[in-house]
Amino acid sequence: MNSTRKLTMAQAISEAIGQEMERDPTVFVMGEDIGKYGGIFGATGGLLDRFGPDRIMDTPISETAFIGTATGAAAAGMRPIAELMFVDFFGVCMDQIYNHLAKNTYMAGGNLKLPVVLTTAIGGGYNDAAQHSQCLYATFAHMPGLKVVVPSNAYDAKGLMIQAIRDDNPVMFMYHKGIMGLPWMAYYEGSSGEVPEEAYTIPFGEAKVVRPGSDLTIVTLSQMVQKSLLAADELAKQGVNAEVLDLRTLVPLDRAAVLKSVAKTGRLLIADEDYLGFGLTGEIAAIVAENLDTVALKSPIKRLAVPNVPIPYSRPLEQFVIPQISHIVDAAQQIMKTRVTEGAYA
Amino acid sequence: MKASKETLLWMYEKMQEIRHYEETMAQVYLEGKLPPNIQKGLAFDIGSGPVPGEMHLAAGQEPVAVGVCAHLTDHDTVVGTHRPHHFAIAKGVPLDAMTAEMFGKVTGLGKGKGGHMHLFDPQRNFSCSGIIGASLPPACGAGLAAKKLGKDWVAVAFFGEGAANQGSVHESLNLAALWQLPVIFICEDNKWAISVPKDKATSIEWVADRASAYGMPGIKVEHNDPVAVYEAAGTAVERARRGDGPSLIEVKTDRYLGHFQGDPEVYRPKDEVANLRKNDPILRLAAQLRDAGQMNEAEDAAITARARQRVEDAFAYARASAYPEPRDALQHVFA
Repeated sequence: MNSTRKLTMAQAISEAIGQEMERDPTVFVMGEDIGKYGGIFGATGGLLDRFGPDRIMDTPISETAFIGTATGAAAAGMRPIAELMFVDFFGVCMDQIYNHLAKNTYMAGGNLKLPVVLTTAIGGGYNDAAQHSQCLYATFAHMPGLKVVVPSNAYDAKGLMIQAIRDDNPVMFMYHKGIMGLPWMAYYEGSSGEVPEEAYTIPFGEAKVVRPGSDLTIVTLSQMVQKSLLAADELAKQGVNAEVLDLRTLVPLDRAAVLKSVAKTGRLLIADEDYLGFGLTGEIAAIVAENLDTVALKSPIKRLAVPNVPIPYSRPLEQFVIPQISHIVDAAQQIMKTRVTEGAYA
Repeated sequence: MKASKETLLWMYEKMQEIRHYEETMAQVYLEGKLPPNIQKGLAFDIGSGPVPGEMHLAAGQEPVAVGVCAHLTDHDTVVGTHRPHHFAIAKGVPLDAMTAEMFGKVTGLGKGKGGHMHLFDPQRNFSCSGIIGASLPPACGAGLAAKKLGKDWVAVAFFGEGAANQGSVHESLNLAALWQLPVIFICEDNKWAISVPKDKATSIEWVADRASAYGMPGIKVEHNDPVAVYEAAGTAVERARRGDGPSLIEVKTDRYLGHFQGDPEVYRPKDEVANLRKNDPILRLAAQLRDAGQMNEAEDAAITARARQRVEDAFAYARASAYPEPRDALQHVFA
C-alpha cells in the first residue's frame, strides 16, 4: 500500500494539512490569501475547495489579531494553523508570538497546551530585498518555547507538518520559497520528490545524513541542503568527500548527530542562510567546541552565513551575501588546507 | 479649494508620466522572465531579468498621488507603500535615480540596496516600505518634528484599504489626533488586498468613518478623480499647516494590474479591469481640460510627449548604469 508520486514541497505541505484536517475536526487554517489564492507560496493549495471558508479562513491584514486568535483558540481546544505570509512580517505581531504563544505554557506551569502551527515563508535569492528575504529561524529558535521546523524537501515537509499539527506545543514551520517548487520561482530539483500518499510523521530532533562522506561535515538546513548537495558533487570531482547533515529541526536540535558526524570526519563547515552573528552557525560551532574532549578536529571550523548586513536588492550584492554553491566549495577547500594548531600552551 | 489651470495641467502631465512609467515597467519587468530562457517547467521566473524581485505597479491609481502631492513642497514629507512609484513621481523624486534603483544599479537612490519597495529620497522627504501599515508612524514622526521645529511643514502617509486593519494604523491615528500633528492620512481603496476584497476584510464600508473614533475629520472621495482628491487634500493640508491637526481621507481608486506583476489574478472577475479602464481618470481629465478650453490638441500632444520622454530617458539611464561591486554589500549598515 506504499503508493508514492512526485510532489513539490508546497504540494506535500498542503497534502499534509488536508489529511490532518480530514482526521481531526479541530484543525483549521487562518492567514492572508490562503483561500482562493491557496497561499502566496502554495502551502494551502486546493484546501478551500475541500474544506470551505469556515476551516480555510482568509484573514484581514491583522497578524497580531489572527496569530493571537490562534493562541486563544488553541487554549480553548482547537488545533489552529496560522500563516505569517513572510517571516519578515514578524515585526508586526511578535508580541503575540513571543510574549504569549511561546511563554504561556511555561508561565502556566505546564498546565496549558497550545497546539498552534505557525507556517511562514523564508529565504532570499530572487531579489526581494531586505524586508522579504530573511530566514530568521535562529531568532525563533533563540526564544524558549517554540519548536522550529525547517524542511529541505517534499518528503520531510509532509512528515514534519503532520508531526507539527499533532504536537501539543507551538511549532514554527518555516519553508524556504526557493524549494517550494512554485511555477514562478526558480527552485532546486532535489527539493521535489517521491512522497507517500498515506499520512506519516517524522519525529522532531532527528537530523539526517543526506550524503555520507569522510573528509568533512557540512551541517546545514532548508534550501542550503540542496546547495550543499550540489557543492558536495563538485567537491567529489575535486577529490573531497563531504558528508551533508540536514538538521531538519532547530528546536529540538539533534546535537548527537552533529557530534557523531564531526567525530567521523574531523572537519566542520556550517552553511546557513540566516545572519552570521549570534546565530545558528555559532550555536553549532559551540556544540563542537564544548565536546573537544571526545571529538577531535583536524581543521578549524568554518561558518558560512549572511555577513551581518540586511539582504540587499541588487543581484550582485545579494549573490555576494547569501552563500552560493561556489562559496560552499571554496570554504570546504579552505578547511581541507588548514590544520588545528599542535602548539602547547604555557 | 479650486484647482488652477496650471495645477490641472501639472496633474495631467504627472498622471501621463506615472502611467507611462508603470506601463513601461510592466514590459521591462518581463524581460528575461519567460520561457524558454528560465528553468524548465516554470511559467515565469521572478528572480530573472534586468528588474528582478516583486513589482507592484500603480496604473489606475494616479489621481491619489497627484491630487495630494500638488499641495506639497520638498519640505513636506511623503511616506508611501509597497506600491510606491506614483507617489514618488508626484513628489518629484528624480526618475533616473529611482529607475536605476529598480535595476539594482550603483546610480540608484539607494545604490541598488533597496529596490522598488524601498525608495529613499531624503532631499525631497520621500520614503516608502514593503511592510503593510508601516507608513503611518514615520509620518507622525515627521509631523512631530515640524511641530517641534516650529515649521509649517506637513506629512502625508499613504496606505491601502488592506492596511486599515493593521494595529499600526490605529495607533498612529490616535497619536496624531492626541498630539494634533500636521499629518494627512490617505487611504487608497483599490478594493483588493492581494486576493482578499475589502468587504471580506473590513468590518465597515468606509475606512474614513473610523476618523470620528479618533477625533479627526474623515473625508470620503467617492470617485477616482484627481480634481476631487485635490480639493479634499487641499482642505486637509491647509488645516494641518494651520496647526489644527490631522485628517483622514479615503479615496476610491482602481488597480488596473495585478497585485504584483505575474499575479495570475484567479480571484478577480475577468471583465473587472476592462470595466475600470472605461473610467480612466487620465482620459477624463484630458476631456475636461479640452472642454474648458484649457488645453488644445497640440498642447496635449506636447505634454504627453514630454512625460513619455522623461520616462524613456530614465530607463535608458538605468540600463546604461553600472552594477555595484559585490563587496559594496558590506557598506552602509551604519551611517
